[in-house]
Amino acid sequence: MTATKAPTEPPGQRTVRRPGDRLFAASAKGSGIFILLVLAGVAAFLISRALPALVAPAEDIPGGAGLAGYIAPLVVGTLLAAVLALLVATPLAVAIALYVAYYAPRRVAAALGYVIDLLAAIPSVVYGFWGLTVLAPALLPFHEWAAEYLGWIPLFAGPASNTGRTMFTVGLVLAVMILPIISAISREVFIQAPALHREAALALGATRWEMIKMAVIPYGKSGVIAGAMLGLGRALGETMAVAIVLSGGAAATLNLISNSSPSTIASNIALRFPEATGLDVNTLIASGLVLFLITLAVNMLARWIVNRRADFSGAN
Amino acid sequence: MSLETQSPVRAAEEPSGPIRHRRKLPRLAPLALYAAGVAVGALLSALTGFSLALTVFYGAVLGTLAVYAGSRAVEGRRKATDRLVTALVTTAFAVAMVPLVSLVYTVLDKGLARFDGQFFTNSMFRVVGEGGGAYHAILGTLIITALAAAISVPIGLLTSIYLVEYGSGRLKKSITFFVDVMTGIPSIVAGLFAFALFTLIFGNGIRLGVMGAVALSVLMIPVVVRSCEEVLKLVPNELREASYALGVPKWRTVVKVVLPTAIAGLGTGVTLAVARVVGETAPLLVTVGLITGTNLNPFDGRMATLPVFAYYQLTQPGVDAQAFLDRAWTAALLLIIIVMALNIVARLISRFFAPKTGH
Amino acid sequence: MAKRIEVSDLNIYYGNFLAVEGVNVAIEPRSITALIGPSGCGKSTFLRSLNRMHEVLPGARVEGKVVMDGQDLYAADTDPVDVRRSIGMVFQRPNPFPTMSIYDNVIAGNRLNSKRMKKAEADEVVEKSLRGANLWAEVKDRLDRPGSGLSGGQQQRLCIARAIAVEPDVLLMDEPCSALDPISTLAIEDLMAELKERFTIVIVTHNMQQAARVSEQTGFFNLNGVGQPGRLIEFNPTEKIFSNPDEKATEDYISGRFG
Repeated sequence: MTATKAPTEPPGQRTVRRPGDRLFAASAKGSGIFILLVLAGVAAFLISRALPALVAPAEDIPGGAGLAGYIAPLVVGTLLAAVLALLVATPLAVAIALYVAYYAPRRVAAALGYVIDLLAAIPSVVYGFWGLTVLAPALLPFHEWAAEYLGWIPLFAGPASNTGRTMFTVGLVLAVMILPIISAISREVFIQAPALHREAALALGATRWEMIKMAVIPYGKSGVIAGAMLGLGRALGETMAVAIVLSGGAAATLNLISNSSPSTIASNIALRFPEATGLDVNTLIASGLVLFLITLAVNMLARWIVNRRADFSGAN
Repeated sequence: MSLETQSPVRAAEEPSGPIRHRRKLPRLAPLALYAAGVAVGALLSALTGFSLALTVFYGAVLGTLAVYAGSRAVEGRRKATDRLVTALVTTAFAVAMVPLVSLVYTVLDKGLARFDGQFFTNSMFRVVGEGGGAYHAILGTLIITALAAAISVPIGLLTSIYLVEYGSGRLKKSITFFVDVMTGIPSIVAGLFAFALFTLIFGNGIRLGVMGAVALSVLMIPVVVRSCEEVLKLVPNELREASYALGVPKWRTVVKVVLPTAIAGLGTGVTLAVARVVGETAPLLVTVGLITGTNLNPFDGRMATLPVFAYYQLTQPGVDAQAFLDRAWTAALLLIIIVMALNIVARLISRFFAPKTGH
Repeated sequence: MAKRIEVSDLNIYYGNFLAVEGVNVAIEPRSITALIGPSGCGKSTFLRSLNRMHEVLPGARVEGKVVMDGQDLYAADTDPVDVRRSIGMVFQRPNPFPTMSIYDNVIAGNRLNSKRMKKAEADEVVEKSLRGANLWAEVKDRLDRPGSGLSGGQQQRLCIARAIAVEPDVLLMDEPCSALDPISTLAIEDLMAELKERFTIVIVTHNMQQAARVSEQTGFFNLNGVGQPGRLIEFNPTEKIFSNPDEKATEDYISGRFG
């Protein structure tokens, strides 16, 4: 309302509440609190099951290099795959969002947006199948070419894998998977760019690209960043596609095209968990905890950016 | 910004009138330039052994450059940049279509081989080579997903009701925030949570269908909350007021006015949430496992589910490898069909259950 | 059963903001009382405080007394839901329930409270209420069609039928004609003249001619400036307000000299 903030319980005003009302309100509120408890439970149970691995002597952890030594290469692999995916997907997603929002013929724009959204609906295990069977062999020539001509860049140091089941392929598969997430959010903010500004730009004689540069991109920038962060979160936690496609080693290398790339946390869990016993289980859960914390941080950052933007636009 | 339109020299050579006509590329010129680009591209790729992909690639690059150069010469820098961006953006969209088309083609191509009656009626019980099917996995997926929905929908819906109709202050803010955070939980972590929860109670070896349902619920609840919240916010306040003014208590107003008005959106949201989790593999891998026979009791031992079935058929084929691969692809095809069907159902719900206006 | 409402020293707050200050008024049964005044003067807020509808907004509260035939509406043990059952309300924009048919809209007050009713009894209530709202002849052949398919004026009469179907004692109307065309407005005004035989009616209106046409008593609300509380400046028989008001401010407003 207008003047000051409302005190939660105004003095002197007692209201009668019916039992039905009280019960319903309580169950609604209880559900909300339950969700908070679940999230706390996720953290608590993971910690309690990870604990044995945290306190175990280093030589008992698989690999014999202690928990940190076990998880560190996996963290490198996880970040490498996710960042690669992000670098490929973001420019593409922004272009797609612009195409659907401002370039595609009006009549088909909605349908095209829907087609892009379908990419998000395909289960990740199917992406894994496709990456393994189609993409990996198709990228083999590129692997050889990169090892020959780009070998001086550490990322492409080689020797080139002869299966194509490399970090590079994984990055591309993940890029396709997070493409719809980033482009959906970007599209939304691009469409919301104030018509007034857009029309003002066009009225000044701007071309379509100049209009987008002046009125759409400045408005949508933080939305794109937030979308990219959410995509990153998804790529960090993606399990099956990586587990199926990647055939790597255990070294913490940045080499994208060799056979020695480290696995990611999530795919390592998926591959080892079904057969794991004893301390292995605790170790894997500890690595899951690390993944949980990483994605939590990324997602909270993304939400913070989104909310900051909401506050900002609310002030106008 | 360039001012060339206003240069007096240009104005002098143009025909006079209120609107100056600028020189423009002929309408079909870009198309012709692209065609030329593709032709040259074909030649180029023929040098290194002809390939369609390379032809298209060279064609797109050369065509774009030609259009840019032509436009720059005839129409000026600004217009040329505009054409360049248009070409880039359109190309990006086309590039994104490639994996989608390739994926759908591959799954159809490889999946149709075993898309037969036996696949839907047989389990893998005592099957070592050819034959067999995913009957047990299909039913397992249905049961576990239904169970997950039965857990998630009441909690998610009630929470969204709290957020829209009752919530205020700190609690509302923190629930909104943490529901957003929960959307980002990796599916494998949700699986580990269910595993940790149940093994703490029942011991390490436990694998149950309901564990998978709990894991999927962790993924599904935030989706349900968010979509239901959006939909409930759309219900006009006037309807709530109309109901209150008739002497209807708040909870009856919510149950009998707000929810029925929003039912189409709620149905759509829940269906999409189901579609989101029905193809999840990782959480089921660590909680439900896989069996070859049919187990329909989610409270008793391992169950088969379609995604996990597909995964193991592909990655751990037996003696007759092709039979396993065929089953894997058919399972993948079936998964895609289920997810697409759910998406279509969601659209139909929002179309047919929307409040009728009578016009 | 029309009832009399007495308001004494009523202050209405939104949180700490005093929206309406010091209202003393007696609203007579079986008559129409009109409330006029410039925008934002608190007349709608006052109207909504009569059936405790303003409490729907968080932080809203009142001081003072509202008594209906001896019953204190703001007593500690009074349930606002009961208050609203005996004091009905019609809103500015017609708001029939979009999921319900015309028939169900009329009977909504009973159905939503799960009141058990025989089919014949329900039919009777629907017909009586629709006749009471002068809508029966127009909709009797399509009672099962959605209420949102009617015209704006018909929808508003449907909302009136819905409000009188629960047999309230008082009917509050918050600018019921402001979203309607002149012909629908006249239809509603005729209806009000009939309804006042059975109900106490309080109407908020921006339209002074409407107040002059339909009401017996008129109250003029005004406020001194932005952020100041609204006050009831004058309350008199309509005839007197429009011909020879006691207050200078009333005369200025009615003759269009400010606002």
